Amino acid sequence: MRLLTHNMLASNVRGATTGYPLKLEAAKWVTKEVELNADFIRGLLPKIDWRALVAATRALGLPELLPEEQPPEEEIFAEGAAGVEGSAIRRIHHALLEIHVQEGSLVCPDTSRCFPIDKGIPNMMLHEDEV
Amino acid sequence: MKLKQLEGLLGGLTQFPAPKVELEQYPTGPHIASRMLYTVSQCCTFDSDAFPALLREGRMLSFSSWDGFGMRCGGFVVIVSGIMELGAIATKCSFGSASTELLGYSLYVVIYIDRHVIGIDIDPQALELAQQNAADLELDIDLIWSGIKNLNLKVFQSIPSLLADRKIFGAGFHIDTVVMNPPFGTRKKGADMEFLSMGLKVASQAVYSLHKTSTREHIKKTALRDYNAIHAEVLCELRYDLPQTYKFHKKKEVDIAVDLWRFVPNARRSSS
Repeated sequence: MRLLTHNMLASNVRGATTGYPLKLEAAKWVTKEVELNADFIRGLLPKIDWRALVAATRALGLPELLPEEQPPEEEIFAEGAAGVEGSAIRRIHHALLEIHVQEGSLVCPDTSRCFPIDKGIPNMMLHEDEV
Repeated sequence: MKLKQLEGLLGGLTQFPAPKVELEQYPTGPHIASRMLYTVSQCCTFDSDAFPALLREGRMLSFSSWDGFGMRCGGFVVIVSGIMELGAIATKCSFGSASTELLGYSLYVVIYIDRHVIGIDIDPQALELAQQNAADLELDIDLIWSGIKNLNLKVFQSIPSLLADRKIFGAGFHIDTVVMNPPFGTRKKGADMEFLSMGLKVASQAVYSLHKTSTREHIKKTALRDYNAIHAEVLCELRYDLPQTYKFHKKKEVDIAVDLWRFVPNARRSSS
């Protein structure tokens, strides 16, 4: 599960108000390099919940990866930025698309219901009495 | 991609080994899946009112090499059930081929955002298979184990920059198109309608879906009256070549007449 997916997922358990964002507890994660596509990030960025993304990177023990506040667009998409190692767009790309959480859990912020992540697949199934 | 190529590509996939009768899982064979996807990809261009606007804003993704699904900027395509995900991506271009014989009519949703693909299924074995296939093809897809009714994906309604775009994205929905081959509701009555209802809830542009021809009138009436569709048309009639899958199947293979539908959801509804 990549953090982009985490950014879209919410808990639907009974008693949850928003069920979002799910608190990430990652026991194991890997990174896989993906080619950066600046246009893709540009289209995606307005749909990303920045705070949830930052919280997820911090949960992985990467406090330096993204700043608390989203950098201005001019900065992220400044000409040539995509080619610069460590630039804002590279970091965002890395956070969203290159980190794969393998084992751990997602915890509903409202109910503390825990959804385990096993072999990279979050188990969002609910029991009948939780619907 | 030509129809023949698409069919060939889909034909190269491993079939779902142990279909579950309670989920009404059947393989969506390469013949019907390729025709369905091909027809859909031909239609897709016409769905997109938003397309020129996005072009103007210069926010278009690099879809130039491709004329099928998901052309909208960062839009999502959701594909429910089966082999279609592969085809969607195959039609899509450079990314080549994706997974999965998550086949079957169990819930299978694929959300597709440019290179980001999310597959959702209620059947863990289907997910496992998808994961293997994806790994074999060296594809990164994210998988979620969930049922159709409990699926909770944030649709980004609360983000201010999007509110301005609401005209473009309907009610803040970022899922453009749903393509699905739902259960026909033969074993579990109404299963087909559950999927259709879900599809019309999440899609902002169009829902493509296969249903038995024998239920045509019912589908049309219900979609327009109860499921918020503003348009429902049968694009073509197909033969579903259903192999003998379960013990209760008496014949070796049957052809079922199915309709490929195109529904347009009322995307101008207010968000809640």
